[in-house]
Amino acid sequence: MDAATAVPLHPVAAEALVAALADGWADPSRLYSASRRAQQLSDAATAVFAETLGVRPDEVSLWSSGTQAVQAAVLGGLAGRRRQGDTLVHSAIEHSAVLHAAQKGQSMQVGVDRLGRLDLAAWDAAVSAPGVALASLISASHEAGTVQPVAAASDYCAEAGVPLFVDAAQSIGHHPVPPGWSMLSASAHKWGGPPGVGVLVVRKGVRWISPYPQDDLYRPGATGALDLPAVVAAAASLRAVLAEAGAEAARLSALVDRIRDRVPATVPDVEVVGDPVDRLPHLVTFSCLYVDGEALLHALDREGFAVSSGSSCTASTLRPSHVLEAMGVLSHGNVRVSLHRGTTAEEVDRFLTVLPGLVEKIRKEAGM
Amino acid sequence: MITLDCLGRKCPLPVIELAKNIRNVGVGEVVRVLADDPAAANDIPAWCRMKDQEYLGSPEKDAFDVRRVS
Repeated sequence: MDAATAVPLHPVAAEALVAALADGWADPSRLYSASRRAQQLSDAATAVFAETLGVRPDEVSLWSSGTQAVQAAVLGGLAGRRRQGDTLVHSAIEHSAVLHAAQKGQSMQVGVDRLGRLDLAAWDAAVSAPGVALASLISASHEAGTVQPVAAASDYCAEAGVPLFVDAAQSIGHHPVPPGWSMLSASAHKWGGPPGVGVLVVRKGVRWISPYPQDDLYRPGATGALDLPAVVAAAASLRAVLAEAGAEAARLSALVDRIRDRVPATVPDVEVVGDPVDRLPHLVTFSCLYVDGEALLHALDREGFAVSSGSSCTASTLRPSHVLEAMGVLSHGNVRVSLHRGTTAEEVDRFLTVLPGLVEKIRKEAGM
Repeated sequence: MITLDCLGRKCPLPVIELAKNIRNVGVGEVVRVLADDPAAANDIPAWCRMKDQEYLGSPEKDAFDVRRVS
């Protein structure tokens, strides 16, 4: 139940991966027949990304992870607008990949409300200020699930003449992203593709300068050879996932509603965070008062449940999640549940059955 | 006012101490929590909101004042 981090490989991806390992091993840039075959596979995969994301194939570039695609978008977008300004405007709830890239230069942060939705008035003011090179907005919160007002935010960016980068890693394959952005990135292992494939779209007319040394071909993309079999598997699985996305979203959203209803009814002193309606279909987060998040994670793991937490004790930095902080909601005892096509209603029900007892036990041990 | 020294203690312990000791002051009185865990600045106001108590703010670094209102 940690689909927001990574999901098991989609069967279509596994099939495509094995086929492409045999068929797509060659370097696509050489002139012999195995290379031409690899080039065909690469072109076909790019065409699938272009078609599914509604863009032109030459606007798609491939990277060796979602994080790398994000960094390329932020750093390349800032470099392309160096003459207009040096400031990155970003929401307070971006993925840490954006925040780390933002630390390379000037940045301006825009807050969110208690539900985790962008403050559009503050966003308008921030992107309209002089010296802004680029704006960055996550499509939907990876911790609270709240869908962000991408369309309205992109209108403000267009008025100000500032390109907008949308980190859509949590949405692609689950939830539509409105148009209007200049750059968009996604990550294959969050929709059922293999890990190690990031997609970046840079729309025509957007000035992007590679932050990395480039090859002789001057095409945007990761330096060095791409993992072509993984790219082929990522494209095949995205097409398969999108074909069933509507039905899966309805199924998972009903399971999330069940969690949102049952957890506060069966566990005292719980705060379910994020927007209950305008949210990702597959993700829900709640925090339990007086509970050590790490203890709860381990207790759930022993019961066979893999979940994530934004509590400080579970973070590598020993700080609470910046997303929960920005929302002003409880950060300890935090559990993020994110579902995927392999999650069954029975599993969710079993989770809901064992959770109250686990929380009660941890509270008792703490003397509460 | 009572002061709870939770310096050096990790969250959620400062919030647990606050919840246990708020009963020891009268309605209208103040509990000061001393806590240096980075989650305290976020979680003490959140606790006040969830438990209908009044968060008065942070008078100094690593100190958080809560008024019992119920």
